[in-house]
Amino acid sequence: MTRLLVALLLAAAALPAFAKDAQPTDQDPVAAGRAVRLAEQLRCLVCQNQSIAESNAELAVDLRRQISEQIAAGRSDGEIVDFMVQRYGDFVLYRPPFKAATLLLWLGPALLLLAGLWALARALRRRGRAPDERPLSEAERARAARLLGGEPPG
Amino acid sequence: MNRFALFAIPLAVFAVIVAFLFAGLGLNPREVPSPFIGKPAPAFQLAQLHAPERAFTQKDLLGQVWLLNVWASWCISCRDEHPLLVEFARTKAAPLVGLNYKDKPEEAKAWLKRFGDPYQLSVSDRDGRVGIDYGVYGVPETFVIDRAGVIRYKHIGPITPEALERKILPLVRELQKS
Repeated sequence: MTRLLVALLLAAAALPAFAKDAQPTDQDPVAAGRAVRLAEQLRCLVCQNQSIAESNAELAVDLRRQISEQIAAGRSDGEIVDFMVQRYGDFVLYRPPFKAATLLLWLGPALLLLAGLWALARALRRRGRAPDERPLSEAERARAARLLGGEPPG
Repeated sequence: MNRFALFAIPLAVFAVIVAFLFAGLGLNPREVPSPFIGKPAPAFQLAQLHAPERAFTQKDLLGQVWLLNVWASWCISCRDEHPLLVEFARTKAAPLVGLNYKDKPEEAKAWLKRFGDPYQLSVSDRDGRVGIDYGVYGVPETFVIDRAGVIRYKHIGPITPEALERKILPLVRELQKS
């Protein structure tokens, strides 16, 4: 009985050896790397905070297949990205193109930084100037002299 | 800097940010502007759902204003808009073609039998390739295509009575006049 149990346990322990590794979708590692890099740059429109590479939405699976097929067909990365933009618009790009409509998007942070630097410089200049802006009155001058224990100057 | 400016400037900046964020609340991130508006409808040739031996291409309806509705039997919100489509088909305002997206033909046919078939015909896009060519990402979607075969409007998600009355029907009538 114990022998049978041990044999069964051993057989069970060996089960993972029969498990298959996930089949690579592409045989060529260079092409597969390109496909992943492209998929990472493209936004999945179904779950919009994930890239096509990360998403398990059916559309993402289909688009990954599209990318692999197009790589196999010898298309360049630019052509594949264009294919996606033609169909889904600039929205699919995680890195939006620099054009009139996206000017504020690209330059906004720099503008904000410049505005902040300007405000900071202004504030610092004011603060540096503030103490000696108002001349001392006669009474203050006399008091300062008294405290310093000398004759009032001038 | 005087006291007024000290309070007024941050307050003004805050107000602008609130205004932008508030406007953003009303936007639907699912509605991505379609790059297809004003462009010719992408070419396709697919087997008809009810007559697989016969093909349909977007060219078959050149000269007419028509609607292409992307649907599937697995799509829950397609059921929401379906009564509206049945109603629309009854008015015969324009031909309505169904693009049966990533669906099994038997299930699609059973679905139409159960809920009614508003389509002049449906075509089977079993692997979703035509869907990709049309930039479909959220079924249901509806395209309005003019006489010259140019896409004039795309509605994403189920059609609502308001969208049909205010947007789609007026556009169809206007396009039919020209």
